[in-house]
Amino acid sequence: MTGPGLSTFRRILPQLVALVVILALNTAIAPGFLDIAYANGRLYGSLIDILNRGAPVALLAIGMTLVIATRGIDLSVGAVMAIAGAVAAALITSDHSLAVTVLATLGVGILCGLWNGALVAFLGIQPIIATLILMVAGRGIAQLVTEGVILTFNDPGLIFIGSGSLASVPFPVILWVFLGIVVSLLFRSTALGLLVEAIGINRRASSLAGIGTSALLLAVYAASGLCAAVAGIVAAADIRGADANNAGLWLELDAILAVVVGGNSLMGGRFSIAGSLIGAMIIQSVNTGILLAGFPPEFNLVIKAAIIVVILVVQSPASHTLFAYFKHRPGRAPDAAPATPPARETGKEAAR
Amino acid sequence: MKILKTLAGAVALAGLMAGPALAADMTVGFSQIGSESGWRAAETTLTKEQAEKRGIDLKFADAQQKQENQIKAIRSFIAQGVDAILLAPVVATGWDQVLEEAKDAEIPVVLLDRQVDSSDDLYLTAVGSDLEHEGEVAGEWLVKEVGDKDCNIVELQGTTGSSPAIKRKAGFEKAISGHDNLKIVRSQTGDFTRTKGKEVMESFLKAENGGKNICALYAHNDDMAVGAIQAIKEAGLKPGSDILVVSIDAVPDIFLAMQNGEANATVELTPNMAGPAFDALDAYLKDGTKPEKFIQTESKLYTQSDDPKSIYEEKKNQGY
Amino acid sequence: MVKNEPLLRADGVGKEFFGVTALSNVDFELLAGEIHALVGENGAGKSTLIKILTGAYRRDRGRVCLDGVAVDPADVKDAQALGIGTVYQEVNLLPNLTVAENLFLGREPKRFGLTDRREANRRSREILDQYGLDIDVAALLGTYSVAVRQIVAIARAVDISGKVLILDEPTASLDAAEVSRLFAILQSLKGRGLGVVFITHFFDQVYRIADRVTILRNGHKVATRPLAGLDRLELVSLMLGRELKAEEEQRAEPPDLATKPVVASFKGLSKRGRIAPFDLEMRAGEVVGVAGLLGAGRTESAELMFGIHQPDHGTIEVDGKPASFSSPRDAISRGFGFCPEDRKQDGIIDDLSVRENIILALQARRGWAKPLSRKEQEAIADRYIAALDIRTSDREKPIKFLSGGNQQKVILARWLATDPRLLILDEPTRGIDVGAHAEIIRLIGELRERGMSLLVISSELEEIVAYATRVRVLADRRHVGELPAGEITADAIMRAIAASENHGAGEAAGQAAAGTRESVA
Repeated sequence: MTGPGLSTFRRILPQLVALVVILALNTAIAPGFLDIAYANGRLYGSLIDILNRGAPVALLAIGMTLVIATRGIDLSVGAVMAIAGAVAAALITSDHSLAVTVLATLGVGILCGLWNGALVAFLGIQPIIATLILMVAGRGIAQLVTEGVILTFNDPGLIFIGSGSLASVPFPVILWVFLGIVVSLLFRSTALGLLVEAIGINRRASSLAGIGTSALLLAVYAASGLCAAVAGIVAAADIRGADANNAGLWLELDAILAVVVGGNSLMGGRFSIAGSLIGAMIIQSVNTGILLAGFPPEFNLVIKAAIIVVILVVQSPASHTLFAYFKHRPGRAPDAAPATPPARETGKEAAR
Repeated sequence: MKILKTLAGAVALAGLMAGPALAADMTVGFSQIGSESGWRAAETTLTKEQAEKRGIDLKFADAQQKQENQIKAIRSFIAQGVDAILLAPVVATGWDQVLEEAKDAEIPVVLLDRQVDSSDDLYLTAVGSDLEHEGEVAGEWLVKEVGDKDCNIVELQGTTGSSPAIKRKAGFEKAISGHDNLKIVRSQTGDFTRTKGKEVMESFLKAENGGKNICALYAHNDDMAVGAIQAIKEAGLKPGSDILVVSIDAVPDIFLAMQNGEANATVELTPNMAGPAFDALDAYLKDGTKPEKFIQTESKLYTQSDDPKSIYEEKKNQGY
Repeated sequence: MVKNEPLLRADGVGKEFFGVTALSNVDFELLAGEIHALVGENGAGKSTLIKILTGAYRRDRGRVCLDGVAVDPADVKDAQALGIGTVYQEVNLLPNLTVAENLFLGREPKRFGLTDRREANRRSREILDQYGLDIDVAALLGTYSVAVRQIVAIARAVDISGKVLILDEPTASLDAAEVSRLFAILQSLKGRGLGVVFITHFFDQVYRIADRVTILRNGHKVATRPLAGLDRLELVSLMLGRELKAEEEQRAEPPDLATKPVVASFKGLSKRGRIAPFDLEMRAGEVVGVAGLLGAGRTESAELMFGIHQPDHGTIEVDGKPASFSSPRDAISRGFGFCPEDRKQDGIIDDLSVRENIILALQARRGWAKPLSRKEQEAIADRYIAALDIRTSDREKPIKFLSGGNQQKVILARWLATDPRLLILDEPTRGIDVGAHAEIIRLIGELRERGMSLLVISSELEEIVAYATRVRVLADRRHVGELPAGEITADAIMRAIAASENHGAGEAAGQAAAGTRESVA
């Protein structure tokens, strides 16, 4: 252990390598891929597109990382995005101020999260089922708010959140980077990170050690709801309308994928928000690369799946064992116990 | 069930014996899929409007995307002894039995907007749009618009594998074939959504020299076009003049874009399926005139010269 | 019945992992019709030896002979085919399959190429009949108790292998009645000429069931002895490699309780179906031992005292002021601590480091907003690693890689770091090696002398005698008696337990202990 900074870097190194490889592939496919120009008061280029288009998934991944760290999952985030977009559009078109609109929308997101959290923490419903409820019902709620139409708006303030730029950087990019840093700092400079990890690894033991597990679970799901609300505002503002049917559709799966590609375990415990954010960028780089490549759209999902599989295989415990074998040829003693750690880890996971 | 059928039959028979029903005192049941899109809502509004205009007593049932609800609604229409049934089927299969029951009760069924896989003697006719024709109309407009100039087209497809995406693509390609100055240079799916339309258009612009190589955009629906228009604007180009924009559906928002000069043309998928349906029913119930098995609605082309502002207002009131 | 030629024989077996010697030149022999205990502290090499015998590991050196023929099992399946079967503490069967499917997994009777379910069920009933087990073989294994699963696992191992049966801590999660049941089965297998290797931490059981014992220490064999004529002290000293000091017999000095302040008092605490109303006053500087059979209500009492469950009736006072605990968090805020019985499930956070496990309760009590700095955490961790002699190469090592005894010390350290006034220890010495065992008992005494109030639940009477200043006796979910200082002997505790049971039905409590579990008929 040489300082937390370096260990964090080492933790997300595989993700960074994967990102660089994908970007290199994209450059090979589309020659102008790395070009960044300055136009209309903002930076402009494929790399900027990746940062910008990846914003919703990145925002969702921040909350999702926390939920998954508690060994939960939040399937409702896509639907919460739709609700948030609908609420924001409904408020701004009925002449509320931007501040009221944004605050109320974030409040609705937190409320959605609290609902999920209460089902998980107090009623003991499995997270996948608990959040499935809102995942299914959420779009209906959003449709009730928009009355079944794409609710469009022209408020420049709200539109700015989706397609404005600050210091020539698209605003959504600033949002997710900022939120990622704030949440990471909040969890790492306080004891929240440790407590959340403890809950994810062993909730019962954590509760016996005096951790307020219910309150923390509530907080974590509320945070996920909040992140989803921010993502919902960004998505709606981007197209200047709340599309209850399609906003955030299937993005919960991309967010989960981002967390996993970011090197976090679905079994909970140790987490890295930076890893998840890089995971989100990896996914978006793949998406953008596919669009730039100009293959027929029938191949999109197949190519995406193949690339993700490769990334996950490279990250898998089995391939780590293989790397470890080549690193420590027999005769060189690692500092771990004689029994090989990876084998014990898998055994434990199977037992769970 | 058998008793019910007999009873329903008897009621229908009694209706017939009273003499040919006139539109004015006609009772029609309408089983609608739901209200999953603005277009669907407009279809409901227009159907009600058309019924009112003709003095038809319309019984409306919203199935909320469930076939079993539609089957239940049709059975209840039969039991009530309506004169005709309009059905916008949520899926294509599984209708044989209930259509059989309607036929036994001698109640004509008209399909709206979508087809079913049942034998065509189980329903009177189907009213719908020809998706391929829509693509053709869009293509023909573009061919006329560019004339002899070279034009690189980018295409935003609908959801991969969906029948509107396949047919609208085929119709458009048919219209531009033989005009070697028109060429589709990029074609990707935008999933019929604004978000994806915008994202994919952004990548088209990057891939085609910042958009300078692109002369026209063809989008399989208006929503993708609306998203793409924003992407074009953000790239510093003028949609509607730097890049021509033609799309299909004619939802209200595209008329706003046309009003602003940002979109050029759209092909209407009319939500007024009920008008032709009622006309056919009228004729059939009056003197037994059997309509064609498929009544194609008009795929009307709208351009900037069609007073988009007033069409926008009109459409807005239809529940889009 | 015991034949003279060995059934299984290992000569000079050795094994290394990454250059670290795990087993060095070990000889071992097992006769047909013999029950042979294998004992040693954690890390002595017991697991390594049996894993070599069962083919889970390949040995680096030495010979293994079965029935006088050299064998070299390539894997567990190979060893089974040769006649060596194993049953582990955590039964390695599949709870979501039926009993019969488990018995015939991987060797299903076939008919026309398909599994013949009826034949499998019929043969399963036949097999289990030999063990006096009359259960529905078509029911899911998971619906039966650990004891029944254990027997099914043994039946499967014997049916497949039929010569040598290796049992790795089979009794760890069984109650007294279930242990007796298991031992009866082992005796009958012995009668059928099987050789049984039996690994355990319980000396009583070694003496009850085994014919001979082999002691391992640090990867070497220390001795193989017949149990007849081997006294306990000698066995322990062979294991530890040193003379046992009189620690286990040391009697706590009875404190002058009248001068000690009451830390907490519990009045009429009860919860339906778990524990009948009880009063208990805990004073500073005393160790209240809690004795009783499994299921007597010992853990249930502690759970009410620590806020894990909420009592239906009764009051709690801390420092003379009323308190109510809606969660352990509340109890901890009043200076309570609780080391649970099931260390793996309820104690350790296995992926977290030793450091994080130690500071966890203290951090939870301070609240998330007031984090301990990394420096403070390291200082606290280092202090307790040294004070409790926690053996770990690194304070950042995940706790799951530590031995059971060291994990237990980490959990103790977790509570000591919160400087508790009342510490509840539930079976603090279960499943840990003899060395750590003695250290924990010594630690309990030290904490008492420093003025802490301790409630210690234990099934080992000698242990309670060694540290308790008074003993609360429980039976059948009631507090039935108390032995004051000066009257505490193992005999007295046993008599107190027995006296409370109607017609000596000590088993009844054991049965009740099984709770919802299916009792072994």
